[in-house]
Amino acid sequence: MTFRRELARARAVAWKDLRTERRSLANFSGVLFLALLMLLLFGFALGPDAAALRESAAGIIWLAVLFSGVLAFNRSYQVELDDGAFETLLLYPGARWPIFVGKLVANLAFVLAVEVVVVPLAGVLFHADLTRSLLGLCGVLLFGTVGFVTLGTFYAAVASRTRAREVLLPLLLLPMLVPVLIAAAKATGALTTGDVMGDAGSWIRLLVAFDLIFFTASLAVYDVVIAG
Amino acid sequence: MKGDVMEVKLEGESRAIARPRWLMPLGLIAFGALASAQTFGFIMSPPDRDMGNLEKIMYVHVPAAWTAFVCFFVVFVESVRYLWTSQERHDLIAAAAAETGAALTALTLMLGSIWGRPTWGVWWTWDARLTSTAVLLVVFVGYLVLRAFTDDPVRRAKWSAAIGILGALNVPIVYMSVQWWRTLHQLQSSPHTLLPAYAMSLRLNGIAALLLAFYFITTRYHVARLERANEELADADALVVTDVETLEASYV
Repeated sequence: MTFRRELARARAVAWKDLRTERRSLANFSGVLFLALLMLLLFGFALGPDAAALRESAAGIIWLAVLFSGVLAFNRSYQVELDDGAFETLLLYPGARWPIFVGKLVANLAFVLAVEVVVVPLAGVLFHADLTRSLLGLCGVLLFGTVGFVTLGTFYAAVASRTRAREVLLPLLLLPMLVPVLIAAAKATGALTTGDVMGDAGSWIRLLVAFDLIFFTASLAVYDVVIAG
Repeated sequence: MKGDVMEVKLEGESRAIARPRWLMPLGLIAFGALASAQTFGFIMSPPDRDMGNLEKIMYVHVPAAWTAFVCFFVVFVESVRYLWTSQERHDLIAAAAAETGAALTALTLMLGSIWGRPTWGVWWTWDARLTSTAVLLVVFVGYLVLRAFTDDPVRRAKWSAAIGILGALNVPIVYMSVQWWRTLHQLQSSPHTLLPAYAMSLRLNGIAALLLAFYFITTRYHVARLERANEELADADALVVTDVETLEASYV
């Protein structure tokens, strides 16, 4: 019974965050535009050779998502902190983990929505064959994004309340994302080039394992971080 | 509140902060051990058949890497202990170990690079051990930057403990994933893979590096306690000044 009430609180937090975002769309359009811009810039940096572009498409997709998505997480707490709403959120009776889960779900929806635009466009720009195994690709995008957003939501809880939050979040978050980036980019690459080695499945399983480890660890120490 | 600095006490501690008497002898022993272990390595171990005298880099590179990992293990353990007990000393020890570990990791990477150029022909290669050591360095630099940018000592302690734990947890995961990503690496050096003459030098230098790291951590810990006491003094002074201002304001 109590668990279900906590879940309802998590849903309320997620819903509130998403509604705030939907009403302004300021953050969403900013992040989306940055991601698209990065696709273009990567294209210019790597040159017009179609084969080379196709080869790097998977890595470019994930870097564009990571570098633009980093901007989303701080705001998830910043909107609360600006009006002193965060203290109120903490004062509500009940556990703290629903706040984390709620914000995680809202950020997940946010980043997935960015990917819905960015990934097909990257497929077009870099000549990557996304439809080769569409279901697998959706799985990779989902699990990769879950890992990214879990750590992002956790680290933003710390970084957004320090003096140098714009610099600190990428500094803390990006090194932690190395395993997720490797597994996600490898799986995406395998799935868009026909999975010659047949290793896409093991990379996806690895991604799921990372997601579980990072989710459990973040959840375990979130209480300490959020109350401080 | 203007007290003698040496009389300053940290919250929850009964004794004034004094430099431990054994700190100076420990430092002398540590540096002495390092100098003699290095000398032993240079005199006793013959030049390597392939690498020549280049193998001498191993006597700093490998002990530095070992000791760096010990330091990060200390960060992990002390972070857990801080969250468990909320005693500030665990936080300060973790921070001291993180600083020492970051410096040793940077040293490891630099020496590895210098050694790799003539041996492998490249300054850097994307293999599991190198790459995960580099990631380890940036994770703990992030930890130190977070500490520098957080003013409230309790927040600083809690946050950096959480991030220290997650960072330490990430080390084996990064290593594993990079290994699956690309493994074209030779066997790592340990006393078992070496001739006795090399192994002895390596062991002695390992012990010396460990002593030195212990000396660095305890010294840094002592300095951190003084810094904290200074912060508390400054806070107390600030409170006094504010009180006087309100008092003057009330007279006007």
